[in-house]
Amino acid sequence: MSCQNTQKLLDGYLDGELDLVRTMEIEGHLRECPVCSELHASHRALRSAIRAGAPYFKSSAGLQRRVRSAVRKIGKAEPAPRAVSWRPPWSWAGVAAALAVVVLLAWRLLPNVGRPSADELLAQDVLSSHIRSLMASHLTDVPSADQHTVKPWFNGKLDFSPPVGDFTDEGFVLVGGRLDYLADRPVAALVYQRRKHFINLFVWPVAGQPDAPERITTRQGYNVLHWTRSGMTYWVASDLSLRELQEFVRLEQNRAPPQASP
Amino acid sequence: MPPNPVLSLEGENNVGSFEQVVLPHLDAAYNLARWLTGNDQDAEDMVQEAYLRAFRFFGGFRGGDARAWLLTIVRNTCYTWLQQNRRQELTTEFDEETHSPESNSSSPEALLLQQVDRQMLHQALEELPLRFREVLVLRELEGLSYKEIADVTSIPLGTVMSSLSRARHWLRQSLARGLEKEP
Repeated sequence: MSCQNTQKLLDGYLDGELDLVRTMEIEGHLRECPVCSELHASHRALRSAIRAGAPYFKSSAGLQRRVRSAVRKIGKAEPAPRAVSWRPPWSWAGVAAALAVVVLLAWRLLPNVGRPSADELLAQDVLSSHIRSLMASHLTDVPSADQHTVKPWFNGKLDFSPPVGDFTDEGFVLVGGRLDYLADRPVAALVYQRRKHFINLFVWPVAGQPDAPERITTRQGYNVLHWTRSGMTYWVASDLSLRELQEFVRLEQNRAPPQASP
Repeated sequence: MPPNPVLSLEGENNVGSFEQVVLPHLDAAYNLARWLTGNDQDAEDMVQEAYLRAFRFFGGFRGGDARAWLLTIVRNTCYTWLQQNRRQELTTEFDEETHSPESNSSSPEALLLQQVDRQMLHQALEELPLRFREVLVLRELEGLSYKEIADVTSIPLGTVMSSLSRARHWLRQSLARGLEKEP
């Protein structure tokens, strides 16, 4: 890991918010780099100083009495909020039900009026998963650059076997795999890296859907691409340039033959 | 449809369960309010106000971490108050210039920081821009995770780490300056 990346992630490392792979990479770098290691020491010193010296203000007994009596007072004066809201008269319930039916019908009959399509919602979920994986939680469950390690790892965890391509020669290095959850089901997330950019490739089977070429959306500075092929649907998210990401997509699509074993 | 025994609690009982679930976090609420307002009196008022709000919203509390839930309300209460009384503090721009890459000064910062005393630290924290102070208090004093900090402060999860990083950088620099001035 480079000094720049290490310094960027040092706080996450210190706070124990990085995944195992990153943690180990940073530890490796800290052992070798005196500059980053000194910075790390200074981070730790600051933390110790804060924990030892920053005052934690405790509430007074007076405040506790005050709060308690204020809450009891409005608890008596106002009927408990839950009791009211959870007991509508039945006639109201009827009206509400009728309204719900009308809304539901309108929802069904007027497609694409002011509501995001399922694909748009899914694209947002894909992107959220991508960002989460890079941030605080974790990038991979099975860190490995070897497709023959990553692919079998999913056995027993998914009801399908995700295709895992090796594009190292083309400059997309496999980082590992992860179990994720999208479209109400567990899916495979494969993580690739190009230079300092990470790519999340999400794959899951979709029975009976025709093949579809990739569609591109750009959100919050990320590119999200989506296509369907041989009964599998693919979503890709990355901050990589669109051109390079399309190159990756091309490689993935040309990976022969698609393995869609159930 | 049989009434849900929990949801149909009334009056006294509702107060009872509220006190059981939310009152234990009074110290956390007060600590955050005290750091955000900077004095005892306002902090106590904020906490009382926040508890009353929390009681009204309690029906919407879906279980889970009551402390983070309460802290969110405390924080919002304080911000409303700050907007009315200390607008200045909320609009303080972060001076990105001071967030230069780490300098490799000759004296190891780690050694310097070991000489920091309580008073110095307290003062440096109070002088931090509000939003930096807030994430540091939540992280270092309350021990909240990044996810919880994001929930409480409405900062996107993806920027919690960089906020903390900038806050700590700022604090280190401020402490280092303080130490250099000392004889």
